[in-house]
Amino acid sequence: MIKLTIDGKKIEVKENTTVLDAAKKLGIYIPTLCYHSIIKPYGACRLCLVEVVENERKQLVASCIHPVSEGLKVYTNTEEVQQTRKMTLELLLARCPNSEILKKLASQLGVKKVRFESRDDDCILCGLCVRACEEIVGIGAISFAYRGDKRETGPPFKRAASICIGCGTCAYVCPTGAIKLTEIVDTPTQHYWESPFKKVKCRICGDYNLEPECDSDLLKYDD
Amino acid sequence: MNKRLSDPIQLVNLREEIIASQDPEQVCITVCCGTGCSASGAGDVMAAFEEELQKQGLEAKIATRRTGCHGFCERGPLVVIYPKKIFYQRVSVKDVPEVVTETIRKDNIIERLLYVDPTSAKKIVYEDEVPFYRYQERLIFGENGLIDPTKITDYIALGGYSALAKVISEMKSDDIISEIKRSGLRGRGGAGFPTGKKWEICRKEKGDFKYIICNGDEGDPGAFMDRSLLEGNPHSVLEGMIIGAYAIGATEGYIYIRNEYPLAVKNFSVALEQAREWGFLGHSILGSDFSFDMKLNRGAGAFVCGEETGLIASIEGRTGEPRPRPPYPAQKGLWGRPTNINNVKTWANVPLIINKGAEWYSKIGTKTSRGTMIFSLVGKINNTGLVEVPMGVKLKDMIYKIGGGIPEGKEFKAVQTGGPSGGCIPASLIDLCIDYEELTNVGSMMGSGGMIVMDENTCMVDTAKYFLSFTKEESCGKCTPCREGVDRMHHVLSEITAGRGKEGDIELLQELADYVSKASLCALGGTAPNPVLTTIRYFRDECEAHIKDKKCPAGVCKALIQYYIDPEKCNGCHLCFKSCPQGAISGELKSPHSIDQQKCSKCGVCFESCKFEAVILRR
Repeated sequence: MIKLTIDGKKIEVKENTTVLDAAKKLGIYIPTLCYHSIIKPYGACRLCLVEVVENERKQLVASCIHPVSEGLKVYTNTEEVQQTRKMTLELLLARCPNSEILKKLASQLGVKKVRFESRDDDCILCGLCVRACEEIVGIGAISFAYRGDKRETGPPFKRAASICIGCGTCAYVCPTGAIKLTEIVDTPTQHYWESPFKKVKCRICGDYNLEPECDSDLLKYDD
Repeated sequence: MNKRLSDPIQLVNLREEIIASQDPEQVCITVCCGTGCSASGAGDVMAAFEEELQKQGLEAKIATRRTGCHGFCERGPLVVIYPKKIFYQRVSVKDVPEVVTETIRKDNIIERLLYVDPTSAKKIVYEDEVPFYRYQERLIFGENGLIDPTKITDYIALGGYSALAKVISEMKSDDIISEIKRSGLRGRGGAGFPTGKKWEICRKEKGDFKYIICNGDEGDPGAFMDRSLLEGNPHSVLEGMIIGAYAIGATEGYIYIRNEYPLAVKNFSVALEQAREWGFLGHSILGSDFSFDMKLNRGAGAFVCGEETGLIASIEGRTGEPRPRPPYPAQKGLWGRPTNINNVKTWANVPLIINKGAEWYSKIGTKTSRGTMIFSLVGKINNTGLVEVPMGVKLKDMIYKIGGGIPEGKEFKAVQTGGPSGGCIPASLIDLCIDYEELTNVGSMMGSGGMIVMDENTCMVDTAKYFLSFTKEESCGKCTPCREGVDRMHHVLSEITAGRGKEGDIELLQELADYVSKASLCALGGTAPNPVLTTIRYFRDECEAHIKDKKCPAGVCKALIQYYIDPEKCNGCHLCFKSCPQGAISGELKSPHSIDQQKCSKCGVCFESCKFEAVILRR
């Protein structure tokens, strides 16, 4: 077991526990976007940054992926942490001005104004869809493409992914609702990437569900 | 014939044999065939020498050698004639017959091919006397000019692989690590982590299968020292790696070279094959019970793959994207196993330290930064090239003694060190001693050793914008601060250079820079704001001139400058009229011309073409 303190509160957790999970045990809230409890942490959105002091070295780390260590001191709500979270949200809101979850988080964290020119995007590139398709569905029909400011998600070459089973997991985990899964005519469905395909039986539950039933429970958001 | 050496004694004997077969007085024409010289036609020059020697019946008497990069790329193709080390520069194919007839046959010097020192205007005959070389201490890079990189015997003759033989026959893993630790060697990739300590961590990590990696994904604009080392002396890097593998207990190694470096890939592949053939790689190296082999991995040209976790992901066949540390590569690296990554130059230092000892090595450089560093000196400087100097060298000496000053007598304004992650050091800090700490203190960093010199005609805001446009595109885009933050900073700078800067822009840039450097996932984002921060720190006046006065003092930002013609000086020669690509200049022959500001694209062609200084740049 590893002993650490979070915001002055002592806690003992198993080795390899993340700071986020340890904080949850203490009932301390840390906002997240690219995190999902049953998908491997990724540390990309940086909303969950917290301050840690290790061997007298202070740094900001992503709590969703940073492992606890003996004697670690964690501060989840310092001024610096708050400023950083606000800036992350401000930048994401400038990217996706219509996202409900971002608006909600912004009001919660006190982001009053967005100082940057708005862009009309829905996707915050958190990668939950990519990781869910690979880790939970076991398909890997979508991935990231390009890099830097041109990064985006989608099936290979933005063409219909023939391996997509239409389970809708990606749409389900998407925090901003950027992935739309709409039923067209009788059975074929379409992603927003314009990949038409015939619905296939879920290989786990055998149904033609949009969300395979057996996965639905697992995919529920924690909060 | 089996060339495999089965014990260290055989290596000693082999070296003696090679040396005995060489005549120290042998006349040898060496042509630098590094990338710079090759681009200026060194390959043809070499072929011409071979042909000419044959024509004159000298091919049996005179030796020739294609060497790696000598460093003085500005003056290529370079020819050095041994044993006297006569130094000819900018040699072309048509000079070759004369060199053979005059210099080789009659021992006459050809004046026109000599290097003229721009400071003293003196002609220099011998390589060692060229100021560019004289003030250097070429411990790592010096052998480049002496060996043919595709011949392992050339390397062995100079003492190559003797460090490996030494560690295998008389040193234990702990001895090697303690030697490297005592030498004070720090990572040459930029961050400067103590190499010995890094090795020790990986050594102590549990696991029966460990990897070592050489990071040859040099991607900084203007940096090419890793490339030249891999091209010119691949065995020195390889020997360092084999020693490292022995010390760490690794059984497999990778070298990651970007595919844009075809000659480095080729020469290193040749080196790997030769090392296997001669028993320096593979099963039971030099007859010991140590086995180790290497693979070469070609990178697809992503800057972010120079970041260690990104590089590992790339070798594993995944997208080159960094991941948060811990776990560090030493704990969980390639394929989840303990891995030690070092830069090309770091590995190349290892044989030197083993051969000459930690005591000797630690005497070079400064208290915290030992040894030498190879810088690529580029930009607005007379002597462009690769420079190896002891750590702690003064910036002033770099620019004026080695670099030969600024061309056209212009004023030195700043130097950008450490590539896009570094900062701009102003001329006022010219007495700075260059080492890891000093550079960090002034807001820049060592990085991989890039040094871009800027003169009075460089706009610092524009420079910061350039570096951000690089990091914006080269960021992997995984984390929000680096992807969104750098992009927004670039946008603010673009607005400023376009004359649309607003009050508060500098503060916004500072806020974003602080955020990006603290919140980013990897060091790419962590250091990306450095060029902006140093520009604000040292050149705030220039930033404010752009924002408040809508002026670019250096006369670079097109939106903030104007060209006009002084009617007093213009004699109507019509030259600017003919050269203007926009058709923006009007005027009759022999009467003053004028520029239509609406049509003018501010390319500056008229300014350059005017022989009467009648075209004026209004800043």
